[in-house]
Amino acid sequence: MNSKLLWYIVKRILLAVATVWLVITVTFFVTRAVPGGPFLGEKAISEAATAALEAKYGLDKPVMEQYLTYLGDVITKFDFGPSLKQRGQDVIDIIGRGLKVSVKLGVTAAVIALISGVVFGAIAALRRNKFVDKIIMVITTAFVSMPSFIMGSLLLVLFALKLRLVPANGAEAGGLILPVITLALYPMAYITRLTRSSMLDVLGQDYIRTARAKGVSGPKIIFGHALKNSLIPVITYFGPMLAYIVTGSLVVEQIFAVPGIGRSFVSSITDRDYTMIMGTTIVLATLIVVMNLISDLLYKVVDPRITLE
Amino acid sequence: MTKKPFSQHVDLDMFIPATDAEKEYMVQMRPSSTFFKDGVKRLLKNKVATVCFFIIVLITLAAIFIPMFWPYSYDQMLGITPGRPVDPSYNNLGAFEYGSTEQERIDAGEKVFPHIFGTDSSGRDYFIRVVYGTRISLAVGFFASIIVLIIGMTVGSIAGYCGGKVDLIIMRIVDMIYSLPDMLMVILLAAVLQVSGLDKAIEGTVLEKIGANIISLFIVFALLYWVSMSRLIRGQILSLREQEYVLAARATGAKGSWIVRKHLIPNSISVVIISTALQIPNAIFTESYLSFLGLGVNAPMPSLGSLASDALNGLTSYPMRLVIPAIVISLIVLSLNLFGDGLRDAFDPKLNS
Repeated sequence: MNSKLLWYIVKRILLAVATVWLVITVTFFVTRAVPGGPFLGEKAISEAATAALEAKYGLDKPVMEQYLTYLGDVITKFDFGPSLKQRGQDVIDIIGRGLKVSVKLGVTAAVIALISGVVFGAIAALRRNKFVDKIIMVITTAFVSMPSFIMGSLLLVLFALKLRLVPANGAEAGGLILPVITLALYPMAYITRLTRSSMLDVLGQDYIRTARAKGVSGPKIIFGHALKNSLIPVITYFGPMLAYIVTGSLVVEQIFAVPGIGRSFVSSITDRDYTMIMGTTIVLATLIVVMNLISDLLYKVVDPRITLE
Repeated sequence: MTKKPFSQHVDLDMFIPATDAEKEYMVQMRPSSTFFKDGVKRLLKNKVATVCFFIIVLITLAAIFIPMFWPYSYDQMLGITPGRPVDPSYNNLGAFEYGSTEQERIDAGEKVFPHIFGTDSSGRDYFIRVVYGTRISLAVGFFASIIVLIIGMTVGSIAGYCGGKVDLIIMRIVDMIYSLPDMLMVILLAAVLQVSGLDKAIEGTVLEKIGANIISLFIVFALLYWVSMSRLIRGQILSLREQEYVLAARATGAKGSWIVRKHLIPNSISVVIISTALQIPNAIFTESYLSFLGLGVNAPMPSLGSLASDALNGLTSYPMRLVIPAIVISLIVLSLNLFGDGLRDAFDPKLNS
C-alpha cells in the first residue's frame, strides 16, 4: 500500500466523519424550527418524557448547550433520548428492534439484486443486439422508471390480493417475499445495465482478443477475464444501492406492513415524534455514509489503475 | 498537345479553367446547418425519443387544458348539495356509473357527463383528480428543475470562473452537501417545514394559492439538489476558460461577467439543458415519494403520489385507483427519461462518435 493510497483513505474517512457530524448538526438545528423545539414538538407529550428530556437536555438552557449535550450523547452512547409518542421507550431501542427486520430485508434484497443483475447483464452483453438482450433492456428500462412505492403497490395488488400467492402482511411467514422483490427490482435493473455496458467495454479490449487468439476456451474467457474485470464498476454502485434500499424501505415497509425501521420512521413523521425522526435520520444517514465510504475505498483498492485525486 | 511518356513537363490540361458544370459539382450538396438544426435532425431520427416527446406534450396539454372545460372540479364532493344530507350514492362509484340524483336526471332524459374513472371515497370525480394530480406533479418537476438550474448555474459559474480560494470553499461545501444522504434530508426538511409556520408567513400573498407544502418542497429542492448542477457547470467552465477565445476576449479588455455571460454560458448550455431535462423526472419522483409519505401537497389538492397513497386504504376493493396514477406517473417518468437520453445523444457533441 503506497502513501498516496493511505492519504486518500485518511481523507475519505475524514470526509465521512465530517458528513456524519453535519447530519447530526443539520438534524438538530432543522428540527429547532418546529414550534417548541424538537424535544417538545407542538402537541402534548407524556409527563415522563417531558421530565426526562428536561433533566437531560436542560430545555431552559441555551440552544448551544442543548446541542452539545445531544451531540455528546449521540456520539458516545448512541443515546437519542426517549420517544415523544411511544411512552417509556428510548428511541435507540425502537430503532434497534426495527433495524433487525430491516437489515434482513435490505441485505436479502441487495444480494438478490447483485446476483441476478450481474447474471442478466452478462447474458445481455454476450447476446448483444439479439432478442434476449433487447427484452432485458426493455424490462430494465421499465423497472428503472418506476418508483418503488408504485412497484410495491402493484405487486401487492397482483400477487397478494388477486392471486393470493403470498400474504399481504409483511409480519407473517413468507410475508417478506414481496417486499424483498420490490426493493430488489430497481437495483437489479440498474446493475444489469451497468454490467452490460462495462462487459461490452471489456469484451472489446485487446487482452480478450489475445486470450481468444491463444485458444483459451469461451467459458474461461467469459468467467476468468471478462466478467471479473467488468464487475469493478458494479462496486461503485454499492453505496448508492444501499441508499436506495434504505429510502425504498421507508415506503415498502409501509405498504407491506413490515415492522422495520422504515415503518417506524414514517409513523414518527405522521406522529410528529421529533426525537424519533432525529434518531432515525442520524442512524440511517450514518449507515449510508459508511457504506458509501466502504464502496469507494474498495473500488480504489480493487482497481489500481484508478487515479487518486 | 500530346504528352511524351516519362516527360518531366507539366501537363497543361490540368490548368484549364473549370467549366460551369465542374463548378456546379463542387458546390455543397446541401445547405450548411447550424448546431441546433443538426441536433433536432438527429433527435427526430431517434424514434423512441420522438414518440416520448409527443407523449410528454400530449400529457402536458391534457393536464393544462382538460380542467378548463371539465364539468367537475378536483375538490367538489358530488354527494354534497347545500341544505341536504350527504348523498352516499356518489361515493366509490365505478367507471361510468352515476349517483342517485344523476340517475334520475338521466332517466328524465337529461345528459350527464360521465365519471370516466368513477369517483373516490368522498364522491369526487376521479378522472379530474388524476388530471389535476398530473398537473401538480408536472409543475413541481418543471419548476423545481428551474430552481435547481438557476442556483446551480450561479454558484457553479462563480466557483469555476473565480477559481482559487472561492472555488475551494464553494467546492468543499458542495462536497459536504453532496455526501449527505439526500432523501433522508429531504424527508427531514419537508417534515419540519410543514409545521414551521410557513403557512402563516405566506398568508395573503400570491404564494398562499400554491400551498405551504409545495413551497417547502421547492425550498428543499433549492437547498439540496443544486450541488450536482453546480459541479457540472463548474467542470464545464474550468475546461472552457482555457480556450483561446476567452484569452482573446480578456486581451481585448472584456470584464469577467461579460465573459461568463457571452462566452462560457452559451458554450456550456447544451450540457446544462440536457441535465435539466433529466432533472425533471427526478423531481417528479421525489415529489410523488414525499406525497406518498404524506409530506407532499396539501389536501384536498391531489398529486399523483398522494392519489396512489390514498388508494392504499381501499386497495382490496378499488385497485384501479392505485393502478391509474401508477401508470400515469410511470409513463411520465419513463418518457421524460428516454427523451432526455435522446436529447443527450443528439445534442452532446462530445458523445458523438
